[in-house]
Amino acid sequence: MIRATHELHHRRRGRNAGIGLLLFGFVAIVFGMTIVKVGKGQDVLGTGMVSAPAPATGTGG
Amino acid sequence: MSDSSLHSPSLGLAAEPELKDYFALLKPRVMSLVVFTALVGLLVAPVHVHPFLVFTSVLFIAIGGGAAGALNMWWDADIDAVMRRTRNRPVPSGKVSPGEALGLGLALSGLSVMMLALSANLLAAGLLAFTIFFYVVIYTMWLKRWTPQNIVIGGAAGAFPPMIGWAVATGGISVESLLMFTLIFIWTPPHFWSLALFMKSDYDDAGVPMLTVTHGHDATRRHILAYSVALAACSLALALTSIGGPVFVVTALVMNARFLLGAVRIWRRDTAQAQADAYGVEKRFFKLSLWYMFLLFGALLADAMLRGLWGGFA
Repeated sequence: MIRATHELHHRRRGRNAGIGLLLFGFVAIVFGMTIVKVGKGQDVLGTGMVSAPAPATGTGG
Repeated sequence: MSDSSLHSPSLGLAAEPELKDYFALLKPRVMSLVVFTALVGLLVAPVHVHPFLVFTSVLFIAIGGGAAGALNMWWDADIDAVMRRTRNRPVPSGKVSPGEALGLGLALSGLSVMMLALSANLLAAGLLAFTIFFYVVIYTMWLKRWTPQNIVIGGAAGAFPPMIGWAVATGGISVESLLMFTLIFIWTPPHFWSLALFMKSDYDDAGVPMLTVTHGHDATRRHILAYSVALAACSLALALTSIGGPVFVVTALVMNARFLLGAVRIWRRDTAQAQADAYGVEKRFFKLSLWYMFLLFGALLADAMLRGLWGGFA
């Protein structure tokens, strides 16, 4: 007989939810690192490509 | 496999690992020391690092340390099963298969080194890779079962995190980071030998050639005293560098006095006296060694914060 849920299903659901959260956290960390590094104009991957500095907004003299 | 087959008792459902079993593979208690010392190494460095990169760098150092722990548990499952202290670890208890421990360890090793290179720099990532290699190959696979100096040389693996933290901030190696490394390197043997004094039968049963097993308790007591003297000298040398300050000097003086006193008490005892009080002095020394490391690195952090405040006012 096939039961809809089993203790094993509950356990696996918990494990899968945990792995899902970890993966989501990893994506958030990579995204956050990208924002910080690009914002600082760093050459993240050593390709020589960096973001352009922000244009000066002062009105000058 | 059909769903109905899941209800078969032959599957051994109790052996299905949970997420916490995989987490236990990473040796969370060791990881907490790695996080703390790496964080201190990073924060006392004279270079400002973005708080988010501090978080990610320390996280990947911790994951690298955890990966080394998983690989250690994979290789040492046979002796872990013999020792009381380790027989409930995920692999010997059957919660996680050796293959899974190996896979997790290798995957997290690669991930942590790669991500630390992106989060910080190649030197920090290289040091982390070397730390994992040193702990798994040099210590676990080679030294641990071969020489009573296993803890002395293998202790280097646990000494790298503050050096990696410093490298994250500065991109280099300096006298300060080398002395932080040396402090943990010299602290590790008396810490573990005091544990081995009251856990002797465990290491003996497992065939691990700890100094207590190969040279006896008296020799181990002499070694603890000698290393404690060297440790005091090293910590006072650290006080003379740019990261030492008043909090560290006071903490180092007090803790070294207590540590040396404890080491002398251990040295003056013999096994009969130790057995009479159930190794009370050795157990207190082991706990004191944990406080020693925590308070000295905490003092370095406090001095760095004081310098930051002073710099803000100046």
